Amino acid sequence: MIVQICVGSSCHLKGSEQIVELMQNAVANNHLETEITLAGSFCTGRCNRVGVTVIVDDDTFTGVTPENFNEFFKTNILSRFEKEM
Amino acid sequence: MRKFDTKVQYLKYKVLREVARQAWNDTLLQNVFEIPKMIVPGKTPTMRCCVYKERAILQERVKIAMGGNKENPNIIEVIDIACDECPAAGYEVTDSCRGCLAHRCEDVCKRGAISFDHNHEAHIDKSKCVECGQCAKVCPYTAIVNRKRPCQNACKIKAISINKNDNAAIIDNSKCIQCGACVYQCPFGAIMDKSYILNVIDILKAGEKGKNYKTYAIVAPSISSQFKYAKLGQVVTGLKELGFHTVVEAALGADMVAEKESRELAEKGFLTSSCCPAFVKYVKSTFPEMVEHVSHNLSPMTTLAKYIKDTTENAKVVFIGPCTAKKAEAQLETVKPYVDAVLTFEELQALFDSRDIEITELEEDVLDNASYFGRIFARSGGLADAVAEGLKEQNIDFDLKACVCDGIEECRTALLKKSKNVLDANFIEGMACIGGCIGGAGCLTHGEKNKAEVDKYGREAMEKSIASAVSILK
Repeated sequence: MIVQICVGSSCHLKGSEQIVELMQNAVANNHLETEITLAGSFCTGRCNRVGVTVIVDDDTFTGVTPENFNEFFKTNILSRFEKEM
Repeated sequence: MRKFDTKVQYLKYKVLREVARQAWNDTLLQNVFEIPKMIVPGKTPTMRCCVYKERAILQERVKIAMGGNKENPNIIEVIDIACDECPAAGYEVTDSCRGCLAHRCEDVCKRGAISFDHNHEAHIDKSKCVECGQCAKVCPYTAIVNRKRPCQNACKIKAISINKNDNAAIIDNSKCIQCGACVYQCPFGAIMDKSYILNVIDILKAGEKGKNYKTYAIVAPSISSQFKYAKLGQVVTGLKELGFHTVVEAALGADMVAEKESRELAEKGFLTSSCCPAFVKYVKSTFPEMVEHVSHNLSPMTTLAKYIKDTTENAKVVFIGPCTAKKAEAQLETVKPYVDAVLTFEELQALFDSRDIEITELEEDVLDNASYFGRIFARSGGLADAVAEGLKEQNIDFDLKACVCDGIEECRTALLKKSKNVLDANFIEGMACIGGCIGGAGCLTHGEKNKAEVDKYGREAMEKSIASAVSILK
């Protein structure tokens, strides 16, 4: 799975750095290092008023913040692996 | 508000704008020979002896705006018919000579080249004169002047000579570093940098605003000293209106370079920077034995372009900066795969206006990718500061002694000293333009305040350290 976190200007100012850190920790805690490739992306053209844009394979999610990160990770990333398992 | 420093730049801009306008409309092929007439209509000459010569020269400018002479590998081209055959006689006595008694000029001349006529006025024997300039310095009436051509004066590496046949300037391509100093200095605009504005229009058109591929604009940090009649955020919006997918700061590439370069420096013990393509070319052509000391890092432009291409499929990258030498850098085999085209700020202004985009009327977008240190690369001394910060942040125990070279003459001195092993420094920051990139030939305006603008822009960066700016990419 490829997870791209937007590090373009708009998302950067809304804290993509924190999201990158949270994502790295979450991936490590769930032992998914071999499954998930983390990458950056410059602007996905979905700039939002709140939060950061994250692309999971072909799906784009906007508005990811440190507050809703855990839920986002569970529903949109972890769940995909659970289905496979 | 004033957009350009000189009328030559304005003329060049008008040609670029018109060529771009026709290209957007797909009418360039039809109208290519009409463009000179559009710029100089009527029968009254505005610049030269007659409208026909004006138009003939404009036709040459149109050619260069369309990519120039494909057979000439140099980015910098001379328009022979525009070269006004400026006097190139060297030191001459003018009629300000009062025929004084002191004859300081005669006393100071070691070659005995000065004699006096029956009015006691001085004359210089050109067969003896070595152009040292001492006589001009001592004359109390400043009656002795150096009639050197502005292009030759601008070219500190002496790549310009005069063609004996037609008195036009010729550029020695093996020496030329594409810094563009002659382009900016020629009062007749007879030397121009080839433009790739048509390539950029083709890229933007074929991309169809991201439908087919995304086109990234990488902008140099010196942009903070440009487009002062508008806000930087409006320039970003303008770029997106032109069809760019997004705008990324080259300063982020600079952050990446600073981090790597500080490690490389500590490892090797001595290093010169590799950010300025004109400086790198100068080392290669004039100090080949020093090439091994040039940092192996790609330039900030290329480092960032490579990152974009590595992470985004089918992306196109256009670099926009103050630099004519970057156009040459983009043609190097090591850079070609990453950078699709290079524009100068002059050309960007023409591109905006070719689409009638009035940036002052646009909303402000944001631009924030880099740290303070990446952003100050744009001015002399910034790169050395960033390397010092890189060493500090990575806890590398290395005593940095930087030699900051402001302009190619200082670079020459430092390289000469190093080659004789008498340079008291372990890092050379080589910038070919005076003041650093903000002095680049492709800038719209050059001014005293530009350095302060860059520093201010640097301080506005959200990221205060190189590590935090770069961390998002890892």
